[in-house]
Amino acid sequence: MIKNVTSLKNLRQNTTIAAILLFTLFMLSAFPVDVTAQEKNPVTDDEVNAVAKELYCPVCENVPLDVCPTTACAQWRELIREKIREGWTPDEIKIYLAEQYGDRVLAEPPRSGINWLVYLLPPALILVGAIYLGLNIQRMKKKPIINTTHESTDPIQPQDEYMKKIEAELKKRESKNG
Amino acid sequence: MIVEFGYGILIISLTLSIFAAIASVYGGIKKKPTWVESARRAMLLIFPLTTISTLVLLYLIIRGDYSVAYVYSVSSSSMPTYLKLTALWGGQAGSLLFWAWLMAIFAFAVSLRNWKRDYEFLPWVILVPSLTLAFFLSMVVFIENPFIRFWADGMGKIYETMFQPAGADLILPPDGRGLNPLLRHPGMIFHPPALYLGFVSFVIPFAFAVAALITGRTDDRWIRITRRWTLVAWLFLSIGLVLGMRWAYDVLGWGGYWGWDPVEIAALMPWLSGTALLHSVMIQEKRGMFKQWNMILTILTYDLVIYGTFLTRSGVLSSVHAFAQSAVGPLFFGFIFITLAASVGLLIYRWKDLKSEASLHSVFSRESLFLINNLLFMGILIVCFWGVNFPLLSELVSGQKVTVGPPFYLRATGPLWAALLLLMGVAPLTGWTIASAERLGRTLWKPALISLVSPIAAAISGIFIIPALLGFWLITLVILVTFFEYWRGIKARIHSTGENFFFSLWNLTAKNRRRYGGYIIHIGVVLMGIGIIGIELFQTETQGTLTPGEELRVSNYSVSYKELAEFDAPDGRNVARAVLNVSKNGKPIGELYPRRDFFYDAQQTMTIPGVRSTMEDDLYVILVDWQPISTRMATFKVYHNPLVNWLWVGSLVLIFGSLIAVWPNREE
Amino acid sequence: MDNEPQTKRPLPLPAVLLVVLLLGGFMLFLFLGMQRTYRGPVTVGQEVTPFELRTFDGETIKTANLSGKVQLVNFWASWCKPCEAEAAYLQQAWEHYEPTGEVMFLGVDYVDTEPEAKASLAKFGITFPNGPDLGTKISQEFRIRGVPETYIIDKEGKLAYIQIGPFSSLQAIKDIIDPLMQE
Repeated sequence: MIKNVTSLKNLRQNTTIAAILLFTLFMLSAFPVDVTAQEKNPVTDDEVNAVAKELYCPVCENVPLDVCPTTACAQWRELIREKIREGWTPDEIKIYLAEQYGDRVLAEPPRSGINWLVYLLPPALILVGAIYLGLNIQRMKKKPIINTTHESTDPIQPQDEYMKKIEAELKKRESKNG
Repeated sequence: MIVEFGYGILIISLTLSIFAAIASVYGGIKKKPTWVESARRAMLLIFPLTTISTLVLLYLIIRGDYSVAYVYSVSSSSMPTYLKLTALWGGQAGSLLFWAWLMAIFAFAVSLRNWKRDYEFLPWVILVPSLTLAFFLSMVVFIENPFIRFWADGMGKIYETMFQPAGADLILPPDGRGLNPLLRHPGMIFHPPALYLGFVSFVIPFAFAVAALITGRTDDRWIRITRRWTLVAWLFLSIGLVLGMRWAYDVLGWGGYWGWDPVEIAALMPWLSGTALLHSVMIQEKRGMFKQWNMILTILTYDLVIYGTFLTRSGVLSSVHAFAQSAVGPLFFGFIFITLAASVGLLIYRWKDLKSEASLHSVFSRESLFLINNLLFMGILIVCFWGVNFPLLSELVSGQKVTVGPPFYLRATGPLWAALLLLMGVAPLTGWTIASAERLGRTLWKPALISLVSPIAAAISGIFIIPALLGFWLITLVILVTFFEYWRGIKARIHSTGENFFFSLWNLTAKNRRRYGGYIIHIGVVLMGIGIIGIELFQTETQGTLTPGEELRVSNYSVSYKELAEFDAPDGRNVARAVLNVSKNGKPIGELYPRRDFFYDAQQTMTIPGVRSTMEDDLYVILVDWQPISTRMATFKVYHNPLVNWLWVGSLVLIFGSLIAVWPNREE
Repeated sequence: MDNEPQTKRPLPLPAVLLVVLLLGGFMLFLFLGMQRTYRGPVTVGQEVTPFELRTFDGETIKTANLSGKVQLVNFWASWCKPCEAEAAYLQQAWEHYEPTGEVMFLGVDYVDTEPEAKASLAKFGITFPNGPDLGTKISQEFRIRGVPETYIIDKEGKLAYIQIGPFSSLQAIKDIIDPLMQE
């Protein structure tokens, strides 16, 4: 009789275990089999875009990488996602992509060699222009003023021709009435 | 029949333009008025003729004659009629014809003006547009001919020629390829025409400048004639640029309005020198100064127009905007060479005759500030010019392709734009000729102090980005100073005429259109500045893949995915349309419908955002991707663009102000 | 307005020279740029500059060391659908020619990502050396306009044949390489 009781208990235990196992398996299969969903910290699209925003598509000219719709660009964005997942910094990713696909993927020419011209020439030219302007103003200031127009020296006073007419009209009326 | 007719008319127009050029030179040099008159009439004729040709091409497009190669490449039967109209300028050949037609309109208009007073200018003012017309028409007639057709011989070889090849017959394809989907948008109706109008209309000031140089009449006359033309040209160019920005914002799907793309910059450059010109012209009128500089600016603006057109059409630059590479490149190169050499040569030749009569007396006088204004615009122009050309230089020198992108331009031009904002606030307060730092300081300190309200308010509400605070301060300063100027004028009027406020305002503006119109333009510009600061410095975005019911959050909005439907639309596209519920601060405020259109004929897709616009901000949602068949999961990108609609409002104010400034007086 | 004495000086000579120099330089720059844009693709018969390919397996192959061999340089990418059409033919051709020791096949992966590229190679069982076109230097050298494109170089290092688009058959490849091996 004892054997029967034990085996009955075992049977119930086994059934329970089996039921639990089956139930767990069932629950597990209900979840999407998506690796990223089960990661602790999946790399968000925003993180990928933050890096991609500062890069350009290697193939289609002048299209930023975060908005480029081609399959190739989607692949590169996934590559960025991989690298972020591995812990690379945005700068490291950019350098890597420039190595792989050329400097044109960067939003600005890297500061080396002839590229320094891009950054230095405009401020230099503007400075030259400003100096030239300044010198000219100085030079012109030295010339004497032989100015016959009655330009008002007080900027508050109306200066337009029309305003002068108004003022003259006003004076006329005042003198008429006065 | 009609195809040959359209082409034949073009050949006649080309011949007329060459004749007009030669006759005007001959008549001008030999002082033979009959030749000059003959040239003028020839130029007059070109407009009706090119109109006929253009109408022929339009007719072919609308009727759907796909044996014509151009019609095939830009049109298809599934396109609505309004789009077919815009297809006229949808491809290289048609847009060159359109350019020539617009140029013919201006040549026509300038030929019709009363020439009695300026008779000596006439030969040269005919020469310039007719040479330009000859150039564009010869490109259309010989290289980019919109009237060539498809023929096939017995062996199956296909020709694309104007006239029937031996042994070949006309092919009539049942349908065309259709316009590039990116161009199928109302923006296509207005942006290219406005832009081209802006470009083309600068030929008139240029023609007068050249005429002044050739005849030696380097006094103010040429400037006085052209100042209204210049303002009109500037207005069209501004409209064209703004429409381009709006279009980009609507369809390119990246929540932006300006990408610092080389072709965009090529259109911006003449605008920069044109704006500088508008300002420095005032000094020449008021004080007779800067004649040399104004001549330089006028020539520079037109040269930049031609250069920009060259960059866009030759294939030298690569860009989403550029036309496909074409054989017109070398011809354009020749045209630039001639234009530059001739205009600069003439300028050097007449340099000494352009000396000014007056002189500058104070650093803080209005003349000085206008000079600084010009320096700043030239600075921005240098940055743009160098940035556009450097990649090509780099490729030539080292073989390395580089991109010069937004970070470069924003960093380099940002301070310059800010300085211009400051000038806009300061300049109206200075006097002509004599001014000193103290006087300026006395008038300036009150508005400067009051306008600090803006950045302080912004800082209190949590904004600490320095450029934004600076921008808000300067913008408020300009608004205050401009309103003050208006108020001063109105006060004086009321004082002298006793009119009420509104009559005063109307009459003040009407009697002094350029000045007060100019002030309105400045207000428009700073309103645009508000929009630019909002979207450039405060834009936030997020992207995510959602199942129905899930939501994305950006700023104080949340966007929840309801459903997605995929279906075929009657005009030849497959549409995937998503429905999203939008909530702000937790309260539902409506729905948005971003979608993806796939055009069967052109085999291309277009992304159309769902946008909710208020003066406070835009909520801008794009459908990035979705699972086909099940359409359960979909990826969305949401942009929050604060204040962006001030950009469009500001541009309307700018246009309004320009219309006032340009409106002719009864006396003229 | 003013009674100031006017000195009507023409533009001084150094300034004129500077302007002419700048304009001339600019036109030269445009001219060279146009030349570059309008030159066609590389032409048959021209000398091919040697390049380096670092394969996915880590070796570095220098084409300078390959003189005396016929070289087949194939540009492809994993995101390129038409490239799949010729993959099998290329592999078969390689298996045919590799034992002779006189032919070298080099696969240049154009702006691609490594995992997808390796998957593609595995899918088609490709055994000839393949590597990424680092910095797109090699494709710029050959001025390719898309993928797939194949360039066949003869024993003297001169370009012998250009194939735009995928090869249509194994025989097509053999028809080109066999004559080159005779020389």
